[in-house]
Amino acid sequence: MRFQFVLATLLTACSLSVIAQGTDPNLARNLAATCANCHNTTGRSVTSMPAIAGQPREALAKALREFKEGKRPATIMHQLAKGYTDEQLELIAAHFAAQK
Amino acid sequence: MSKFTRRDFLKLTAAGASSAALAGCATVPEAGKPVGRVIVIGAGYGGATAAKYIRMWSQGTIEVFLIERNTEFISCPMSNLVLGGNRTMADITRNYQKLRDYGVQVIRDEVTGISLDKKRVSLRRIEDLPYDRLVVSPGVDFMHDAIQGYDAEAQKTILHSWKAGPETIALRKQLEGMRDGGVYVLSVPLAPYRCPPGPYERASQVAFYFKQAKPKSKVLILDANPDVTSKGPLFKAAWNTLYKGIIEYRGNAAVTAVDSKAMTVKTDFDTIKGDVLNVIPPQRAGDVAKPFINANNRWCTIDWLSMESTAAKNVHILGDATLSAPLMPKSGHMANQHAKLAAAAIVELMNGRQPSPTPLVNNTCYSFVSDKEVIHVASVHTYDPKDKVLKVVPGSGGVSAQRSGIEGEYGWGWAQNIWADMLG
Repeated sequence: MRFQFVLATLLTACSLSVIAQGTDPNLARNLAATCANCHNTTGRSVTSMPAIAGQPREALAKALREFKEGKRPATIMHQLAKGYTDEQLELIAAHFAAQK
Repeated sequence: MSKFTRRDFLKLTAAGASSAALAGCATVPEAGKPVGRVIVIGAGYGGATAAKYIRMWSQGTIEVFLIERNTEFISCPMSNLVLGGNRTMADITRNYQKLRDYGVQVIRDEVTGISLDKKRVSLRRIEDLPYDRLVVSPGVDFMHDAIQGYDAEAQKTILHSWKAGPETIALRKQLEGMRDGGVYVLSVPLAPYRCPPGPYERASQVAFYFKQAKPKSKVLILDANPDVTSKGPLFKAAWNTLYKGIIEYRGNAAVTAVDSKAMTVKTDFDTIKGDVLNVIPPQRAGDVAKPFINANNRWCTIDWLSMESTAAKNVHILGDATLSAPLMPKSGHMANQHAKLAAAAIVELMNGRQPSPTPLVNNTCYSFVSDKEVIHVASVHTYDPKDKVLKVVPGSGGVSAQRSGIEGEYGWGWAQNIWADMLG
């Protein structure tokens, strides 16, 4: 019973994901990898660079949106965020939120 | 990787977050059968990253051999800080141990030839190795011939130190041994060259050292380019305030000849004597990439959807060796981004699928203008299907508002994190 419910949830999540990512199932992974230079592979920064792994998805998405709109103080993130579409930023937020 | 089971479903969902499941469904491993072998030549910012990410993203189904002639990784980015006396060689040196945890087979050897027909790489120490796909990430080699008199003998005295390692140490020793009141001459080649802001950061670091240790000394920048090629106003502001009277900048001043006995360099207009001559020659794709050089006899043209060479099938070229896309710098950060683009494409291609049609890469470059203060330049590049090239996203990127200590923290933080990203 529980398994079926879970399966249904997961499938729904997957289909949403597919819609968001178009036909490319690795899009979120690939986009998030462009952040890893500064934030480390899974977002677990080993330095004073902010750690983003496992942060709540909505908090990450909001921060990225605000960087893009110039509403959040930044040294560099406002310039980088402008290079990504809103949908891409959402995918990145979801990816790092899912990292432990 | 084992098969995805009911137990795994439960584990995933027990974690609670639907986003975890979201990420999970995109990366459910297929059956763990091996799909082939990739040989990566060169374990710098490009090669090491490619090796790790191919292992990670193929769920271990692609065998990866990483061939590197050096025993350790010494970073070019941050190496100017060693010249300035603000970091040690140990600070910028890392080992390759953790890559082995990802299943990367790190081989210390030197490539002596590539057979494209047989898909084999010959090596100096061990037997030939076959590959299914080859990744070539050689960085640059130097065109000393472009400068008269810059022969093997002259290269013992006049260094470029544009690859971090023994020449970094040797140049630092020359600077330490120089008399107070001496002149350090830094010659910058015409763009494109490795690390556009690098020479100007180096001038800043040497000036920082002179200011502390030999305040009567001068830094003379002879630039083949008409003006500072990257972060110009920010560098000049730092020079005018922090190093007034120490740094002199001359544009359109290509060094055409050197004389290591007389300790002089020549431009079209002058012969200039220096106490330490640091002449960075023009560059081209590293020697091992020679079979794939097909742009201006210097660079390798690639397909930006996969980083695959346009000169040879199944060969992917990364980093400085490539003919750069418009406004794309030759940087360690960019080589790391190339590597991820290539890794994703290679995993798809080796599984009979097409690479992503919408690749995106970014660049950030932090330059230390003193021991603590830093300026950056950043950009984001996406694929233009019409022109088949990566282009800067309009409105993205830019430079620092001003030099700052907080970016000094981020600059060093960047280095630590990218070394962790590429080396495990």
